[in-house]
Amino acid sequence: MSSIGLVKKLVAPTNEFERTPIPENQLKGSKSFLGMYAGEHTAGTEFVIGPLFVAHGVGAIDLVLGLLIGNLLAVLSWGLITAPIATAKRMTLYYQLERIAGKNLVRWYNLVNALMFCFLAGSMIAVSATAVGIPFDLEMPTLNDWLPRTPGWIVTVLLMGAVITLVAIQGYNQVSKFANVMSPWMILVFFAAAIVGLAQLGVDSFESLIAIAQEVIWNGVPESGFSKFTIWHIIFFSWFCNMAMHIGMSDLTILRYAKSWTSGFTVFAGVYLGHFVAWIASGILFAVFRHANIGSQEFAPGLIAFQTLGIAGAVCVVIAGWTTANPTIYRAGLALQGIFPKVPTWKITAIVGGITSVAACFPALVMKLLDFVALYGLLLMPMGAVIFADFYFAKKMGFRSEGALNSNSDFSWPALSSWLLTLVFCLGLNLLYGVEIFFLGLPGWFVAVAIFVIFSKIKYPLLKSSAT
Amino acid sequence: MKSLLIIASLLGLVLSIGPPILFFLGKTDLGQMKLGMGIGMVFWMVTAPFWINKKQ
Repeated sequence: MSSIGLVKKLVAPTNEFERTPIPENQLKGSKSFLGMYAGEHTAGTEFVIGPLFVAHGVGAIDLVLGLLIGNLLAVLSWGLITAPIATAKRMTLYYQLERIAGKNLVRWYNLVNALMFCFLAGSMIAVSATAVGIPFDLEMPTLNDWLPRTPGWIVTVLLMGAVITLVAIQGYNQVSKFANVMSPWMILVFFAAAIVGLAQLGVDSFESLIAIAQEVIWNGVPESGFSKFTIWHIIFFSWFCNMAMHIGMSDLTILRYAKSWTSGFTVFAGVYLGHFVAWIASGILFAVFRHANIGSQEFAPGLIAFQTLGIAGAVCVVIAGWTTANPTIYRAGLALQGIFPKVPTWKITAIVGGITSVAACFPALVMKLLDFVALYGLLLMPMGAVIFADFYFAKKMGFRSEGALNSNSDFSWPALSSWLLTLVFCLGLNLLYGVEIFFLGLPGWFVAVAIFVIFSKIKYPLLKSSAT
Repeated sequence: MKSLLIIASLLGLVLSIGPPILFFLGKTDLGQMKLGMGIGMVFWMVTAPFWINKKQ
């Protein structure tokens, strides 16, 4: 899920082309994106998501099939929805959105984005703390914890948050390079986790693998306090965990550098390594932990990795969490700077780091990471639907594309209405019909497109002269 | 020099995945496997930054 590494390399030049299309000589081939996505989707979140699937009592066959299908749908979303628009327009998400929705609305979008980034970074600091706390015998959070258990946890998290914030202020490039370097090793550690975990659970043949997968690891029984997950949950979660990036169009900023729209499909390397291998591996690790600590409700990715893989496992959790939190804090700072351009970057980053560190004290961010990831995507998705609708339906449905730009306005009410009414619709589905958050993205996307098209026809009707 | 660094890095990766495979096959115990992975991690961490970043 999260990001770093070559992202920086690709995103860095956006400062030069923030408000202009990418020139021909700056375009990159598919190989650049293959490496970038492979690193980006093997991150700290992977140590949490796999175990949470286990805690939600998903069955083994449901998990494997669900991940295969859901990740395929995610790859298709990147390849068929995001990449064609990115390579046709070659603009950042923010500038594209500004042309359609207006500067003032983009500011609100930035604020929501920044807050979500803070919480995501907070969960990663908490994950790292579960490894850092091992030598200090720190009492770890349990699956049903929402609040910090001990002052020691708060102190550890705040100290880690302070260090990560300082590094974010001063040394983003170094962390980015370091994360890049560690990526191949981290991927191997996930493979190692699966191999060692299976051995510890007694797998020695294909038959025993099937039996243990179904009866021990993903036995279909949810932990107390956790809802039961089916294949549909897995399909929709793996499809939409990066909803903000694909149908939410965040990756316009990255894929605008692609020579061909087909580069969007290179994301398959990332999702099948990070959201298939790594989730399965971390699920196995958790099952080994539960097997060795029967009755324990502790949920501490650092401790879990340490018990099975030793120091390499714990270090991997720290690095994965840290290298995810760091660029996320940086990105949150950038988003906020769009709202407060006169405040120095270091001050913005320090404020973001402070919010993130406080948020990290609450284990709820880790224990409810699946819900949070789904919410994060859902909140930002309508703006992606707006970009999609503007790109494909403006001419066909008879309204002017890039409404804010073409009407010299800083605000587009069709875009705002689409955003807010879609969220109200999704909230209604959730509250009135009990539709879980993981399933709201799909109907929400269609509603967002429809609302934007209808209101744009009213607000920005295509004049006969401009239609010809 | 760069070749030596690359070899040491690759050795680090081999040590990160080799011992787990040996453990799975019953050829080593958990303690030795963890030690091997720890050494592999150090090999990778102290050598890879010097050639991967240079390459970039």
